[in-house]
Amino acid sequence: MNLIVLMKRTFDTEEKITISDGRIQEDGAEFIINPYDEYAIEEAIQLRDKHGGEVTVITVGNDDAEKQLRTALAMGADKAVLINSEEDIEEGDQYTTSKILVGYLKDKEADIILAGNVAIDGGSGQVGPRVAEGLGIACVTTITNIEVNGQNVLITRDVEGDQEKISTSLPLLVTCQQGLNEPRYPSLPGIMKAKKKPLEELELDDLDLDEEEAAPKTKTTDRFMPPEKAAGRILKGDTADQVKELAALLRSEAKVI
Amino acid sequence: MPKKIMVLGETRGGQLRNVSFEAIAAGKTAAQSGEVVGVLIGDSVQPLAQEMIRYGADRGIVVEDKNLSHYTSDGFTQAFMAVLDQEQPDGILFGHTALGKDLSPKLAAKLNAGLISDATDISEEDGQIVFTRPIYSGKAFEKVMIDEGLLFATIRPNNIAPLKRDEGRSGDVSSVSASIKDLRTAVEEIVRKSADGVDLAEAKIVIAGGRGVKSKEGFQPLKELAEVLGGAVGASRGACDADYCDYSLQIGQTGKVVTPDLYIACGISGAIQHLAGMSNSKVIVAINKDPDADIFKVADYGIVGDLFEVVPMLTEEFKKVKAGSL
Ligand SMILES: Cc1cc2nc3c(=O)[nH]c(=O)nc-3n(C[C@H](O)[C@H](O)[C@H](O)COP(=O)(O)OP(=O)(O)OC[C@H]3O[C@@H](n4cnc5c(N)ncnc54)[C@H](O)[C@@H]3O)c2cc1C
Ligand SMILES: Cc1cc2nc3c(=O)[nH]c(=O)nc-3n(C[C@H](O)[C@H](O)[C@H](O)COP(=O)(O)OP(=O)(O)OC[C@H]3O[C@@H](n4cnc5c(N)ncnc54)[C@H](O)[C@@H]3O)c2cc1C
Repeated sequence: MNLIVLMKRTFDTEEKITISDGRIQEDGAEFIINPYDEYAIEEAIQLRDKHGGEVTVITVGNDDAEKQLRTALAMGADKAVLINSEEDIEEGDQYTTSKILVGYLKDKEADIILAGNVAIDGGSGQVGPRVAEGLGIACVTTITNIEVNGQNVLITRDVEGDQEKISTSLPLLVTCQQGLNEPRYPSLPGIMKAKKKPLEELELDDLDLDEEEAAPKTKTTDRFMPPEKAAGRILKGDTADQVKELAALLRSEAKVI
Repeated sequence: MPKKIMVLGETRGGQLRNVSFEAIAAGKTAAQSGEVVGVLIGDSVQPLAQEMIRYGADRGIVVEDKNLSHYTSDGFTQAFMAVLDQEQPDGILFGHTALGKDLSPKLAAKLNAGLISDATDISEEDGQIVFTRPIYSGKAFEKVMIDEGLLFATIRPNNIAPLKRDEGRSGDVSSVSASIKDLRTAVEEIVRKSADGVDLAEAKIVIAGGRGVKSKEGFQPLKELAEVLGGAVGASRGACDADYCDYSLQIGQTGKVVTPDLYIACGISGAIQHLAGMSNSKVIVAINKDPDADIFKVADYGIVGDLFEVVPMLTEEFKKVKAGSL
């Protein structure tokens, strides 16, 4: 099976975020594989081990993403592709990223493309379904189980907590939800092997996609931190009094009851 | 300039979801004194169209087909495209729900359009429609707009106030026919895991339990409090992982994102991944026996104590309050 994983290098949102001049400060911050994309990588590896084939992990980004791609290779992916858009396009949104991914994927004849449910930094969840539509293949979002039987595919997807059992067929794009699997950690031999695995770097020119076609449709005009919350009030006194006070505060001060 | 905005009405259990009314309110702002059209897709949704109008839509359009009884991306895409072909609107608004999240990027790609997902606010600035949306798991926000072309956005539940229901309001409801065929995915079965009663994503009050709840039975006092307050029960991943409750209750970065008016965290430490799902709640109450727990840093009110003592007392107190206010 030709398995392709869409991976985003994301800001580790456990980190403190600072903004200056309307931009998120990235200097010195930690970057990770988007956690949902780890589920995608793990599932692709398991599908390959069961059905044979190859796992390719691709990222649109800059040189810095090489680190996360190597981690994916160390987990067990076979090949990595970095589409370096830095030189060619300055501004981008989900439309841009998907156009670039579609430009690369259109002649790759993937059987299954696996993406994350959502990126924890940008948070739109658009890229997976947009890519599927661009390629003209079916898309199932937020999956928690997948079984492939020849061309037939049975999927369980999470719909706000309920489970939907879906039947469909290849080729297919899925987006991965928590619960799909437990992503493995790269092993030491895995890390050694990863150094020798192919990591191809491409630019937009290599995709025969001109920049105009990928120009963003949306414009971010400002980024800001939520208003600083006033320090909360820890109630005092014996428990019964605290409970009474809380109930009164929620009614009269917070006005939420 | 006045615009024509299409709002998709989403149903659950045969009723319109609140977020659809919120999207209509957002549609009013986006329309800039133009027209808001409610769109309903399903196998028998006609009776709900007037309700969208009572909440502010100017007219309604329904697409009905037996192949639309369950949501599928292909079926709903075909139905919505038929409406767009006829109406040629300036903008589209959906709720940012499982359905909205699945359908909107697909339509946006088909229409070669931009899309602003998960907006928590909409405003008009110098004649331009600007959306606010959380980024970095709710730790920051951005303002985004679409300069030209179709305006397309999804609205996070519980953030934009719906308009007041107007019983006397009525409008035209027409139907659009579409041939729904060649669906590439089929829904074989739906297994309900979510609790009956209040929808967690839309609840105004959420009582959430963490590992401190200690067992399945430990959730009982939380359920009782939720019942008295007309709220929903949620949980941390800690509680789900320990099998005290179903994953459908999980709130956080990898679970649901909720922004209720009141969030009561019981026995939850306040890990960053949990905060990602609830820190934008309007009022947060923390009940934890550890005075140094991180949850107190985001709480408006805190009680340091044993939840098994505090929660039942709160339930009793609210019972009295509710009885008194009748
Ligand atoms: C040329 C260019 C310039 C950009 N400039 C900016 C900028 O100035 N400021 C800014 O904030 N953002 C910028 N971006 C990023 C962009 O706005 C989005 O963050 C990106 O398109 C992903 O959207 P999202 O974060 O909402 O991801 P989602 O749509 O939530 O991601 C869902 C899934 O899609 C896949 N995916 C997402 N992004 C990628 C990717 N890059 N490569 C491979 N797979 C992916 C992953 O599987 C991920 O789990 C730029 C992007 C490009 C291509
Ligand atoms: C990639 C990733 C994604 C994640 N996604 C999520 C997510 O979506 N949602 C989420 O919640 N977590 C998520 N987590 C897990 C998160 O990091 C924490 O492990 C989890 O939130 C802890 O749950 P908890 O607060 O219930 O448990 P704990 O951290 O163990 O806290 C239990 C608390 O209960 C208190 N307590 C104990 N007994 C009592 C009592 N009798 N009365 C009052 N208080 C008591 C303790 O003082 C303690 O503060 C994620 C982690 C990772 C790595």
